[in-house]
Order: sequence, then structure tokens, then C-alpha cells
Amino acid sequence: MGGANGAEQKDLRVIGKPHRKVDAASKVTGQTKYADDLVFPRMLYTKILRSTVPHGRILKLDASKAESYPGVKLVLLGKDLPIPYGALPVSEDEHPLAIGKVRMMGDPVAAVAAVDEDVATEALDLIDVEYELLPAISSIQAALDTPEPRIHEYGEFGNIHRRQVYEFGDVEAGFAEADFIREDITFYEGSTHLALEQHASVAQFGHDGKLTLWTCTQDPHYLHRSLAKVLGLPQNRVRVIATTNGGGFGGKCDPFAHEIIVSKLAMMTGRPVKICLTREEIFYCHRGRHPVLMSTKTGFKKDGAITAMHHRTILDGGAYGGHGVASTFYTGVLQPTTYQIKRYKFEAVRVFTNKAPCGPKRGHGTPQPRFAQEIQMDKIAEQLGLDPAEMRRKHLVPPNSLTVNWLRIGTMGLGKCIDKVVEGSNWRERFRKLPYGKGIGLACSGYMTGAGTPIYWNGMPHSGVQLKLDRSGGVTVFCGSTDIGQGSDSILAYIVAEVLGIDPFDIRVVTADTDLTPVDLGSYSSRVTLMTGNAAIQAAERAKQMLIQAVSAKLGVPADRLLFADRRVSDRENPEKGMTFVEAVWLAETQFGTLGTVGSYKPAAAPGKFKGAGVGPSPAYSYSAAVAEVEVNPETGIVVVPRVWIAHDIGQCINPVLAIGQIEGSVYMGLGEALMEEMTYRGNRKMVHKFPSFLEYKSPTTMEMCDVISYLIEDRDSNGPFGAKEAGQGPQLPVPPAIANAIYDAVGVRIDEVPITPDKVLKAIRAKAKGQEGRYGPTVFPHCDMPASIFVPTPEEGGDGKAVERQPVLA
Amino acid sequence: MKPTKKRNNRKPEKAQVCLRVNGEPVEVAFAPHKTLLEVLREDLALTGTKHGCELGECGCCAVLVDGRPVLSCLVLAVTLEGHEVVTVEGMAEGAKLHPLQEAFAELGAAQCGYCTPGFLLTAKVLLEETPQPSRERIKKALAGNICRCTGYIKIFQAVELAAARMAGKPAEPSKESIYGWR
Ligand code: FES
Ligand code: FES
Repeated sequence: MGGANGAEQKDLRVIGKPHRKVDAASKVTGQTKYADDLVFPRMLYTKILRSTVPHGRILKLDASKAESYPGVKLVLLGKDLPIPYGALPVSEDEHPLAIGKVRMMGDPVAAVAAVDEDVATEALDLIDVEYELLPAISSIQAALDTPEPRIHEYGEFGNIHRRQVYEFGDVEAGFAEADFIREDITFYEGSTHLALEQHASVAQFGHDGKLTLWTCTQDPHYLHRSLAKVLGLPQNRVRVIATTNGGGFGGKCDPFAHEIIVSKLAMMTGRPVKICLTREEIFYCHRGRHPVLMSTKTGFKKDGAITAMHHRTILDGGAYGGHGVASTFYTGVLQPTTYQIKRYKFEAVRVFTNKAPCGPKRGHGTPQPRFAQEIQMDKIAEQLGLDPAEMRRKHLVPPNSLTVNWLRIGTMGLGKCIDKVVEGSNWRERFRKLPYGKGIGLACSGYMTGAGTPIYWNGMPHSGVQLKLDRSGGVTVFCGSTDIGQGSDSILAYIVAEVLGIDPFDIRVVTADTDLTPVDLGSYSSRVTLMTGNAAIQAAERAKQMLIQAVSAKLGVPADRLLFADRRVSDRENPEKGMTFVEAVWLAETQFGTLGTVGSYKPAAAPGKFKGAGVGPSPAYSYSAAVAEVEVNPETGIVVVPRVWIAHDIGQCINPVLAIGQIEGSVYMGLGEALMEEMTYRGNRKMVHKFPSFLEYKSPTTMEMCDVISYLIEDRDSNGPFGAKEAGQGPQLPVPPAIANAIYDAVGVRIDEVPITPDKVLKAIRAKAKGQEGRYGPTVFPHCDMPASIFVPTPEEGGDGKAVERQPVLA
Repeated sequence: MKPTKKRNNRKPEKAQVCLRVNGEPVEVAFAPHKTLLEVLREDLALTGTKHGCELGECGCCAVLVDGRPVLSCLVLAVTLEGHEVVTVEGMAEGAKLHPLQEAFAELGAAQCGYCTPGFLLTAKVLLEETPQPSRERIKKALAGNICRCTGYIKIFQAVELAAARMAGKPAEPSKESIYGWR
């Protein structure tokens, strides 16, 4: 394991410096090739016929006319691809093309490969399909109320996909200790990634029986497995090349039907086959934020200490499983990472509905519960007459501790984050003191730096790096990681350059190609910097050892005195004595033969030993605090956010300018979710998406974007490479609740759901003016039968991380 | 789109257009319904121009026609006989990047890079018309370009940096834009 090894912070030459990204030049000149930029001779084009009903049985499917249409090479139907797949092994409930039944508008039904896109599109009209309509389920409540017909034949029962109940310590005993108890019901609407790039893939099948797929995936390794399975090919006959992703945000993590379809078409036609989805199709592929209804019951002392929390969530999963089981866990497991919670009960339900499937979007499953928790903290502080910043500050999870649900916390910089934004925003002078219509609000968050377990069980590394040193002095890094814009290719170069004392631009980075690069699990769960970084440190340290041996013998300088810096290897005490890096490589190659090393990384085992303990643990947790400033127009309900102050505990930044870029991008996405972004469907019109387009799906433009004052808090975590923790997802989480809390400060109304649109604000303001509760949000949390909890004694109670038989409840 | 009945008899009539692209004369033949976006990407292999919607909603596909930014997905290429088109491939002068390209690279204003060509070209025109634009002016000029990665801030800062340098000032990015506030 790499760990926070390497030099002291002051000695760092590359790490912590604002280097350009290794791909910056190609990105600003239009040279970077994205999937849709690829063209091959004899390439065919694919279009997909999609369901026009939200739920139905396929009575008739006749593609004969399309098959004989001039220019059409092949029409693919569900029966051609009978093997099911899905992102998680526990819910492999998808087929590339519907078999017998469609479950949502836009479900793929048939695919046409033709000489060009126009012909393929024309041929779609010739496919004859008839459906028998089945009742469609449009909401959480409808899914709970309508057990039949079932959308899927698996799951808990009816249209309940998944139920989970965990209790860490006796939560009723915790409530008994509380001075006050409050329960708040909140709703977080679904939203989508809206990556700028339209999903595209190209497949080629060689006469050697090998398939190559170029595609904009965030997780080539998982896709590789799914492809081989569905296509019935050995994995070593399948090669996935993840092209540079034009934005991901979680939207390119699932294996997609269109990726499998073009692969199959390439196998059957013997020609390269391409597809590029339209923007509308992408809205139906979705896999974005789950709409989540939440009930958070919290017991607390007069000083704000939390004695117990019972947190319940119901997720609207859409039509398929996808990553949904993991999302379900994430609507509760990270709650205890910020403030001490003595006892914690977490119940979650995921239902199926006939809408685009939900899955991982930036923050995967955690922005929703964080919103619930952080607006409740604001209410608790208000109820107790405490300053919400100070109250939070007082009850932080201590560093190097175990949370109530057995997550191991390393460094914990949330206190410093709070201090920074409180000071920067002049919080004390402004909170509850601004004129009506203006307000500020605070919220905090914690997030993981990489999931502790892979999505299929195995004991192998999560990330591997191979290094090749050649006589030119050039170093090539091979790694399966995928750059989705966050800069993961550059991180590899910076880290190897730091260890070997060369320039990052001396290094070539080869990534995301399952034939050429060792496995990295993918760009999800904020895992890449930490895991590939540690693997890269190990590989580079091993290479360095070889160079050290060769140089030390040659120069007669003890190994521990050799310094690698400025493309030289020299005697620390007598810098004149040394040689260039290239010369060192020559020497080592002469001594050892061709130079290459490997490194790998696997997180430590999770402390929790109960069933389900694998979701939540992470090598390190990042922390963020944000203060949002708002202006609310009480006449129109329009909310403007001029500024957000945000501090992020990053451990150690590998490159500050990229870290700040991740924070600003996170604030942007949080702002969009807070105020405008929503995936909504027309229940009365066959559940078509209300606005599957860039124009009508509202997202912040340059005009809505707020100013961002960012602070990087560096408190190196021993599990991170050079101490680094994540920055790509965590900073989004405090933004929506900070805005909601600021709106309360501005106009005295609580908006307990996002997006906080003007109509909701106005309704709450008007209700308040009439003497009613100044609140907008859900008021009931529906009932769902739940199984008995998995009961786990807390670390404080001396538990060992295992579940036990339920102790008798206090009388 | 409705199927054409007698596909076999359809003679694909191609339009022939002469225009200048990135300073060079180009003669290109293509199906007349094709947009400038399609002709650039498919017939001229200039894939630097991107598309996010193909409906004129995202700004990704912006190129310059006679020096004005246009959404290439909304322009029929047949209308461009004799016109001058500049794409991102034509921004650098030889090996020398345009100051906007330098500034975008320096500040990490291209994260995934997909929106970047559209922003660069739109900003280029802005700086030609308003060499020292205010932040507000920059926001207005770029309001039709969506970026999902950066939150726009690094883009604003990059435009400001390039503007200063183009005015001959030896400008450097502010400390805060790189290291955050202290
Ligand atoms: S592709 Fe032209 S505006 Fe979106
Ligand atoms: S950099 Fe990715 S969309 Fe702008």
C-alpha cells in the first residue's frame, strides 16, 4: 500500500502544484477523440426502436419490412440477446432489447443496422409492434399501493425492489435519553446528469474472433464483464476501450443496452457498427438521482447532541435495478459520518416504477439524506436557540474513530471547514440579521473516498498500475482508470513524476483499455485519485528502487542519500555528484534488463462484519461545509444565489487548480439540484418525460451560476496518496441544504423539498401570511411493511461489528 | 422522419459547395439536408466541433461563420457557399495556441473538454468586440453555452486572463483562482 508516504509536504515538487492537465492541449484544440468522433471504413449505423408505452406486453413484433428495406443490413430483436445483465449481480434484470414486455417509455425494442443513420431511422417506422397495455406505476405511493401487475418478477414482493433495516444500538433507548425529539419529512426530486456528450459507441469484430468496443463509459472493467456475459464470449475475446468521457457524473457507469447492441451487430454483420444516442434517448437511459422521500426522526439534548436517529427513506427506482441496491444503502449509511449519533436506525425501501431507471449521480444516494439531515439540523438549532454553526461544531465525529455504524473515520477536517466558511461569510454578523428577503444558511457534509468493496465479490486489487521505463527517459503509466474530465490521467502523471523526480509531461499515460491496462474498477465513488494514486506510488517506488540500486553502486553513494529531482538522480549531500534521469535508466536497464514494475491497491477490510457492512466503508472520508447567500423575492418566489462559500477537507490536494475546479463544478451541480433541475413525467400521458431536452430541462447557465469562494483544507490522511482525499463529489452535498436554510433565514419559510422552485416558495410565503405553517414539503411518509432489523451493537457499547439477536427493548 | 417509398430509385443528389474553412478553400459535396455540424464532422473530418443536442439548445456546436458565432447544428451547409467558417481546429496559429486556449489549459477550464470548442469560439468573438469585458459581459456572451463540469467560473477567469494578455499585460491568474482563498 502506498499510504501517505513520499516526501514531507514542503519537499513536494509536483504534488500540490497547479500543473496543466496532460490532456489540456488536446482538449483546447479539438484533438481529443470522443466516441462519436471515431469513424471506420464500412461502418454501419444503428438506431433503436423504443417503446411508446410505459408498461405493456409485446403482442406482435414484426421486423420483416424493415429487414428488406434497402440499405438495412440487419434488424436485431430481443430474442437475439436472451441473457440478462445489470450493473449489480443482485439485480441483473435488463435485456438489451425487450423480451416479451416493456417496462417504460423508451425501453429498447428493436435495433436496425444500416448504411447510414437516415436509412436506419426510416427503417424503424417499418417495424410493426403492438402492445397490450398494462397499468403503469408513476410514483412511490402508486408502487406501494399497486402490488399487481409486477414490473419485475423478482424483488421483495409486489413492486418493492428492496428493503433494508439496520439498527445500530437500541434506538428507542436513545430516544428515551433525549430532551427533545423531532421528525421531519422531506423529499428530494430526481435529476439527471446531463453530461454534454451524447452517449456513443462503436464496435468492431475481427475475423480473429475478437470484439473491440469503443464507448464513453466510466467503468470499462465492469462493462467488459457484462459484455462478455451477454454476448457469450470469453472475457479474453472482448476489449473495451473507454474513450474520453464528455462528462460522466455517474451517468456512464451502467452497462448500457446500446453498447451491447452495437457489439452484437458487429459480430453478426462483420462490420464496424456505431451508435450515437439523441439527447431525448439519453433522458430515457438516465440512471440519475433517485427521487427519495425521507422521514428523519432525531432525539437530541439541549446542547444539540444527538442521542438517536431513526432515518427512513423510500426511493423511486424507475424501471430497473441498475446500481439501485447500492443507492438504497447510500440513502442512509453515510449519515453518521459528520456528527456523533449515539444510536442509529436506518430503514430503506426501493420501489419499481415505469420510468427511466435511477442510479448513481454525483454523490450517489447521499445528497438526498444529507439534505434531510442538514435542514433538520438547522431546525434543531432554531428550536434550541443555538447558533447552527456552533452547534454542529460541538458534536463532530472525532478523527480516528468508528461511527455508530462501524465506519472507520481517519482525518476529519469538518471543524476547520466550518470555521473557514463562518469567517469568510461573516456569518456571525449576518445570520438572522439580514433584512427580509436576504439570508444566509449553512450546511455540512461528509463523503467517501472510494467504495471499500467492489460491485462483484473478489479479493483482487481495486486498482492496478504498470510502469514502463525506456531508454529515452520516458516513462509510460498504464492504468485501467477512466478520465471523465476530473483529471485522473493527469493525477497518474503527477504522482509518478513526483516519485521519480521528473516532469509530468515526460510521462505518457495509457488508460482505460481492457487489453492494455491493468484493471481499475472505474470512475465512481470518488475512488480514482486515492486508489490509482496508491497503486501508482507503489509501482513508481519499485521502479525507483531499481534505479537507486544501479546508481548507488555506480556513484558509490548510499541509497538513502540519493535524491530524485529535476530529472536528475544525485547525492543529497553533494548535489554535483549525480547523473541525469536518462542515464540512471540506462544503468538500471543494463543491470536488470527491460524495466517495468507494477503496483496495486486494495482497501483494508471493513470493521463492520454484519450483512451489508460492505457499503459505506471507505479508506478515507472527505468533509465539506458551505454557506449560501440568497435573495428571495417575496412577490415572485424567485430565489437568486449570489454567492456560496465552501470549504473542503481534501487531505492533500494533488493539484489545487483541478481541486478548485471540482469544488466549483460541485457547487454548480448542487445549485442546479437545489433550484431547478428535475426529472418529471406526465402521469396522464403515458408517462413521457415532461421535458427531455437541454432547453426545457432547466440547468444553471452562466447567468444563474453563483460566485464561489472556495477554501481547501489540508489534513493529510494516512490512507491517501500523499494524504489525498476526494474532491469530485463531496462538495456538492452541502449546497442544496445550505440554500434551503438560507431561504428560511431570508423569508422565514421552510422548503423541505428540492428543487426549490418559485411556486413552492410563494405557496409557503402565502401560507405563512395567512397564519398557517410557513412550509412547503411532504407531510406524510407512507407505510411499508418492513422486515426485522439487522441489529448491531455500536462500537461504544463494545460490539465487535457483528449483528446479534435483538436485545429486549427497554420497558 | 417518414420512409421514402422507392428507396431504390432515389438518386442521392448531392449539393456541391465551395467555402473557406479555417482559412483554406474547401470544396465539398454532401446530401443537401445536412447541417454545417454534420458536414464539418462527417465530410470534412473536423471532429473538434461537438454536439450535445443537435437542436440548438446547448451551444456545444458553436463555430464562426464570417466571424460571428453560430450554432452549426442549426445551419444548413448548403447556405454557406462562399462563406468563411472557423472551427476550433483553426484557432491556433500554427503551433502557437490562441491566448484563450492557453488560458483554458492553464486554469483547467476544460474539464471533460466537450463544451470547450463552443466556449472558445464564442469567447474569441467576444474579445474581438470587447477586448476588456466585464464579468457581467462575459456571462451574457457565454449564456448560450452550457457546461456541466466547471460551474463556468474557471471559464470566466480564463476569458479574463486571455483578455488581459491580449491587451499586452503580463497577466497571471489570481492566487485564489488556483489555490482557493486562504
Ligand atoms: S448541438 Fe448545436 S446547440 Fe447543441
Ligand atoms: S468541461 Fe465538461 S461540459 Fe464543460
